[in-house]
Amino acid sequence: MFWSVTQSLLGGLLTTFQIFIFTLLFALPLGLVLAFGSISKFRPLRYLIQVLVWIIRGTPLMLQLIIIFYGPGLWLGHNIWSGNEAGRITATVVAFSINYACYFSVIFRGGIEGVPAGQREAGQVLGMTKTQIFFRITLLQMVKRVVPPMSNEIITLVKDTSLARIIAAYELTFAGYSFMKSNGLTWPLFYTGVFYLIFVGILTLLFNYIERRLDYFR
Amino acid sequence: MAILEVNNIGKQFESTKVLDDVSFSLEEGNALAIIGSSGSGKTTLLRCLNFLETPDRGSIIVKGETLFDASMPVKEQGKDLRTKRLHFGMVFQSFNLFPQYTALENVTLSEKLLAKEKPDFKQNKKEIYTQIEKHGVELLDQMGLADRMTHYPHQLSGGQQQRVAIARALALKPDILCFDEPTSALDPELTGEVLKVIRGLADQKTTMIIVTHEMAFARDVSDQLIFMDDGVIVEQGDPRQVIDHPREERTKQFLTRYAQG
Repeated sequence: MFWSVTQSLLGGLLTTFQIFIFTLLFALPLGLVLAFGSISKFRPLRYLIQVLVWIIRGTPLMLQLIIIFYGPGLWLGHNIWSGNEAGRITATVVAFSINYACYFSVIFRGGIEGVPAGQREAGQVLGMTKTQIFFRITLLQMVKRVVPPMSNEIITLVKDTSLARIIAAYELTFAGYSFMKSNGLTWPLFYTGVFYLIFVGILTLLFNYIERRLDYFR
Repeated sequence: MAILEVNNIGKQFESTKVLDDVSFSLEEGNALAIIGSSGSGKTTLLRCLNFLETPDRGSIIVKGETLFDASMPVKEQGKDLRTKRLHFGMVFQSFNLFPQYTALENVTLSEKLLAKEKPDFKQNKKEIYTQIEKHGVELLDQMGLADRMTHYPHQLSGGQQQRVAIARALALKPDILCFDEPTSALDPELTGEVLKVIRGLADQKTTMIIVTHEMAFARDVSDQLIFMDDGVIVEQGDPRQVIDHPREERTKQFLTRYAQG
């Protein structure tokens, strides 16, 4: 029994992992774009992003997930997500990416603004282009600044994936929970905690490694 | 002909006039010192020359080429900004070294990036980079930092950091090297090493503009001196003349206050 539960949970973990990795893949660059928008000199854009961030941070992620998944079917008259597992995972990734991009954008903005103006100016007087200044000077200093707050958010994301259960995506928590309904077993649900712990443990090691690697400058 | 001509520069932040009708010229190989109390517009003037601020009025001419003219259309003003900036080098009060690069990398970075725009870059990449590295090593050596090439900025003292910054500014061979209070952020015992390097550059006939609070240094090193107050040039001329025998009342007051510390 233990073995078949483990196998089942590993299947759920795969979905959890997919949601996690694809959300990061989309939310990281989107967050950076939103961060640039939020410090843009073009006011309407800045306001637009402020409103977006307010709405996304001001409502539960679970609600956002429900709106993204059921909304099109309810209000547009046709469901844009296929009814299978892939459709549920895609909808989850979309909702999570928007949500996390907003949180990331605030962290990134802090990181960008935390780099002293003198760094950009030094690049300018040395004849560098804006792109060169960003990639050669600002970016790494920004990354160094955002690693600690980002590690917090990314670890939260691991556990937020369990919200996908609400639209019946077969992720880790759902997998553990299903044994309760079908076999009356409670321990598989608690057993999922071990998987989350190991997942987050690996991430923690990774973040520690990145912080150490960036320790060579101040 | 003067290497630099600054004509009637004016700059306003909101309703405060920071620079008003500032004009001067500088001969090649000469050092110009600018003195004046905080908020007199010295730093803004340097920032205008380096195109970190855009003047509202006036023109900047280097080697007969008009780099900036407030009467030009805005689009024209922003054109080739990068190339225009390269006429000037800038040493900042707070060094502004790039923390993630070693001393040598700080010096060579901009030269390497500019080299990429050369048509023969792809074929001769290796030689070009070797050349740039060699040049960087020479410059740091000249600054007395031969044993600090691979140090990161945070591993260097303030005086060493500022000398790296000077080497970095020299790397692109600017026509005019600008110093914005280069020793103001330093502990008193570290100013000497930086001033010595600048003095050495003056001896080599480097064209320089030095904004400074070091009166004795300004008096000894510069060929020409400007005293600024409230955004205007109050007095300019021979440094010894201005510092030892100021004609204007405001200059006298400033120097007296200074002597009293």
